[in-house]
Formats: sequence, C-alpha cells, structure tokens
Amino acid sequence: MVPILEAIGLVKRFGDFTAVKEVSFAIERGESFGFLGPNGAGKTSTMRMISAVSQPSSGALTIFGLDPKTHGPEIRGRIGVVPQEDTLELELSVRLNLEMFGRYFDIPRNTLRERASELLEFTQLSDRADDKVDNLSGGMKRRLTIARALINRPELLILDEPTTGLDPQARHLLWERLYRLKREGVTLIITTHYMDEAEQLCDRLVVMDHGNFVAEGAPRELIASHSTREVVELRFSADSHADLHDRLTPFAQRVEVLPDRILLYVDEGDDTLREIHAAGIAPSSALVRRSSLEDVFLSLTGRTLVD
Amino acid sequence: MTSNSSQVTLGWPRWRRSWWYHATYYAQTWRGSVASTVLFPIFYLAAMGVGVGHLVSKHTGLVENQTFLHFIAPSLLATTTMQLGESESLWPVLAAVKWIRSYHAAAATPLEPEDILTGKLTWVLTRSFATGVVYTIVIWCFGALQSWWSLTLPFIGALIALAFAAPLVAFAANADSDASFTTIYRFAIVPMFLFSATFYPVSAYPGYLRPVVQLVPLYHGVALARSAAFGRGAFLPLLCHLAVLIAMAFAGVLWGRRTLRRRLVD
Repeated sequence: MVPILEAIGLVKRFGDFTAVKEVSFAIERGESFGFLGPNGAGKTSTMRMISAVSQPSSGALTIFGLDPKTHGPEIRGRIGVVPQEDTLELELSVRLNLEMFGRYFDIPRNTLRERASELLEFTQLSDRADDKVDNLSGGMKRRLTIARALINRPELLILDEPTTGLDPQARHLLWERLYRLKREGVTLIITTHYMDEAEQLCDRLVVMDHGNFVAEGAPRELIASHSTREVVELRFSADSHADLHDRLTPFAQRVEVLPDRILLYVDEGDDTLREIHAAGIAPSSALVRRSSLEDVFLSLTGRTLVD
Repeated sequence: MTSNSSQVTLGWPRWRRSWWYHATYYAQTWRGSVASTVLFPIFYLAAMGVGVGHLVSKHTGLVENQTFLHFIAPSLLATTTMQLGESESLWPVLAAVKWIRSYHAAAATPLEPEDILTGKLTWVLTRSFATGVVYTIVIWCFGALQSWWSLTLPFIGALIALAFAAPLVAFAANADSDASFTTIYRFAIVPMFLFSATFYPVSAYPGYLRPVVQLVPLYHGVALARSAAFGRGAFLPLLCHLAVLIAMAFAGVLWGRRTLRRRLVD
C-alpha cells in the first residue's frame, strides 16, 4: 500500500540553526503516528512541513502521493491541522468560527451549516454554539479547534500538542474523541511531550531529540527494547543521592539518579524492593510501576521529557 | 508561486475566501463603526467647515476661490481613508500573525500567503470605497461638490487607503511587537493629517517648505480628492499624484508578499 505520507531525509534549517536533521519516515493510511520529544526537539518544525505549510530545506516529501512544493493548496485541502495555540476568533461565536473557517476550503454555505452542527455535536459544544469563544474554557476552546480542523472532512489530522495545558478530565474527553476519529479511518499525526498521551493514542511513534529520531516503533516495542519491565522509584529524605547510586547499582540492571528520586530498572520490582530493605537501605518512599515511554526517553537521552 | 497549484472548486481565485472572511468578521462587528462613518463627517464638516469656516471667511475671504467648508471637505475624505488604511493594517495584522495567529490558521488551509494578503487588501479597498461613498454623499449634502468628477471620490478614497494599507500590512507582518506602531501613528499619520495641505493650500507655506509638503504621501491624496471635488486640475500634476499613490500600493504589495510569506510559511 502507498503510504499516506512519506519523508526521506527531511531537513529544516533556519539560518545557521538546523531544527530537523535528515529524518525519514512513512505513515500508513489509518495509522495514528506520534512524535514524542521535549520542547525544542524539532516536532513543530516537522509538523509544519508535513502539513504542507513550510517547505523542507532539503529532502523528499510526499503527502497523498503529491509533492507539497507544487500541490500545496490541494494537499492542505485534505488535511486538518490543530495547531499548538488555538488561533480562534475570540470575539465571534463558536458556530461562526467553524463556518468562517470552512469557507477557506470553499465549502458551500448549506453544507457548512450542517457540518458545523455535526461537529459541535461531536465535540460536545452544541449548547455553546452561539456563545462568544472568549467565554469558553480551555478544554472547550481546544475541542472547538479540533472541530474546526475537521470542517473539511480531512483524511489526515495533524495535532500539535493537543492536550497541553488541559486538566485531566478535559484531556480524557479529547482522547476519547480522537479514538473515535481513528475508528472512522482518519489518519492521526500527534506531537506530544506527554508519554501517557503517546502511549494512549499512537500505534507507532518516533522519539525526537535535538532534531533527530532517537528511536522508532510501537510504544510497547520501544519500552521492551529500551527499558526493563518494571521500575522501582525511590525517594530518600536525607542521604546523598550520589552515594546511593553505588549502593543501589547491584540491585538493578540500570540506575538513574534524578534530582528528586532514584529509578531502578528491574524485571520484578517487588523482589528488588524486598532485597533493598533486607540490605538495610531505607528509602522514605518507594513505588513499583511498569516502564513507560518516559523511561525510554530517559534511557536514550539521559534526560526527562518534561522539565 | 501559487500558479502551479490546482484549484479545488469553482473558477474563483482563492483570495476571495480571505476577503469573505474579513467581510464576515466586519459584518459581525460593524454597528459601532458604521455609526461613526456616517456621523463623523457630518460633525466634522459642521464644526470645521461651518464654524471655523465662518471665521476664516470673515478674515481672509475665500481659500483658492472656495469657502473654507468646500476647501476642507475633500481633504476630509482623503485623511479618513488614509486612517482607515492604517487602522486596518497595523494592529490587526500583528494580531493575525502573532497574538491570535488567525493568518497562521489560514495558511494551513488551501490559501497561500499571497491569497491572505490579497484578501486583506481587497477588503481594505471594499471598506474604504464604501466609506468614500458615504463621505461623498455627506459632502454633497453640505453643497461642497462642484463637478461630476466628484463621482470618482470613492475610487480615490479606496486608492489612498490601499496606498497606506499595503506598506503598513507589510511592515506589521514583519513586526515583533507593536512598539513601533505608536511611533508611526504619532510621527507619520498625525503629521500627515495636519500638514498635507489639509486645512490650507500649499501656498500658505513659505516657499522652501512647499517641496517638502509635496513629498508627503497624503498630500497627493488630498490634491487628487480636491481636484475631483472641484472638477479642475492640470493633467500632469494629477498624473503625478496618481502615480505616487499607485507606486506606494504596488511597492507595499511586493513587500507584503515577501514579509507575509516569511512570517507564515518559513
């Protein structure tokens, strides 16, 4: 099958600074694909290229089998973009925001009216249709931005940090709507610096750091290949962490010392914890959890995702 | 840059969608501005033309064979359309590229930066033409129109607005903050409003200052509007006034295409 999007050796330079350094990837139709990485990793620059807005400095890019250099408007007509900021017209009503945006795609007014109603229903904003956007909560504005990105019935939906700044309830509602889109066959591309979001939403993802891909695969595979099954998180009240590193090393495959806690990468967390206690090491708190993408990132880059 | 991309529907150019966006936005928020569009020239002409004009006529008689009211009425149209071009351009454009980022949202649709610019400027033309029509009617009601040429006043108003809007849109699309906008307003727009032979003829200036006044962009708009209202003027100076305004609009469009493209898609 021809991928919906294919990038080979994609580079984006701004003057002397290279934001994206020769990355290659292909995304299949119906897939949900994630870009995980900290702020400044080059995710947004990549998004802007694959939404056919900015041109790559070098490399080959095809979207729907078309070259964005020559078919930009046509490609963008089939894509929905949820930018990092909501970019809504705050003074206008919720409904009008949708209908006005839809005119950019030259959708006839009658169709737009129907579609706006459907999308307001879908994003649970029907009862706010006539309110000024300014009066909506952050989560509602985000949902409206998603509704707006769907006004042209896109085959490909690109979401840049869709849930940054939202409370947990708003995030879960948004995730649930994105699942539904995925079930309906919309291809999703998501950037995030939240590992739980990437694990929840993405079939496959790349981990980005300093403009490079440092890993690629399904969330489970990445965890399996770059981390242990479980992690023991220890906090100590008084002892110096540097000392503890050496004392804890024999108990784990890998030890990470973070400013506020120490992570032990092990296969059986409970067993390890017992051994530590038996050895007379007394953390002020201890927690055993499964490995996550956060651990993958830490193991690949030595840094945490969210500072 | 945009030509080799195929259009999705209809034969209409894409910039029309951006024009429509501005028009719809205005239709939602027009009430206040329409009232001032109609009332301002009435108040202004009543106060300046009838009131101050009464004093002027008493002291010096006529200005270039016109009553003071007749003399300043066309320049009111010119200064207003200049300010309309300015007010549509600086803050709204910076908001659209930086604060609200609505132009970035538009750039993610089939529109190209050039479509967004053309839509904006054709909207400025539309609005300033409509304002020109209202002003022409008001001025006519004050009995200050003396020629059929005054039917061209709305077109002149639209050209003046474009001549200022195009470079200011380009400038604002390049700006990082609005710090410089107040400076432009205070040291360019307001002085032009005051000193472009708006309230008295160029001949009122000392000889050495006259060429300076003639370098002021708005002076050419005022001169054109006045010629149209009175139905007189020599061909060559008129052509020169027109050329200056068209050149400003043209340069502004070329500059704006570059700054907007850099801002939106680089």
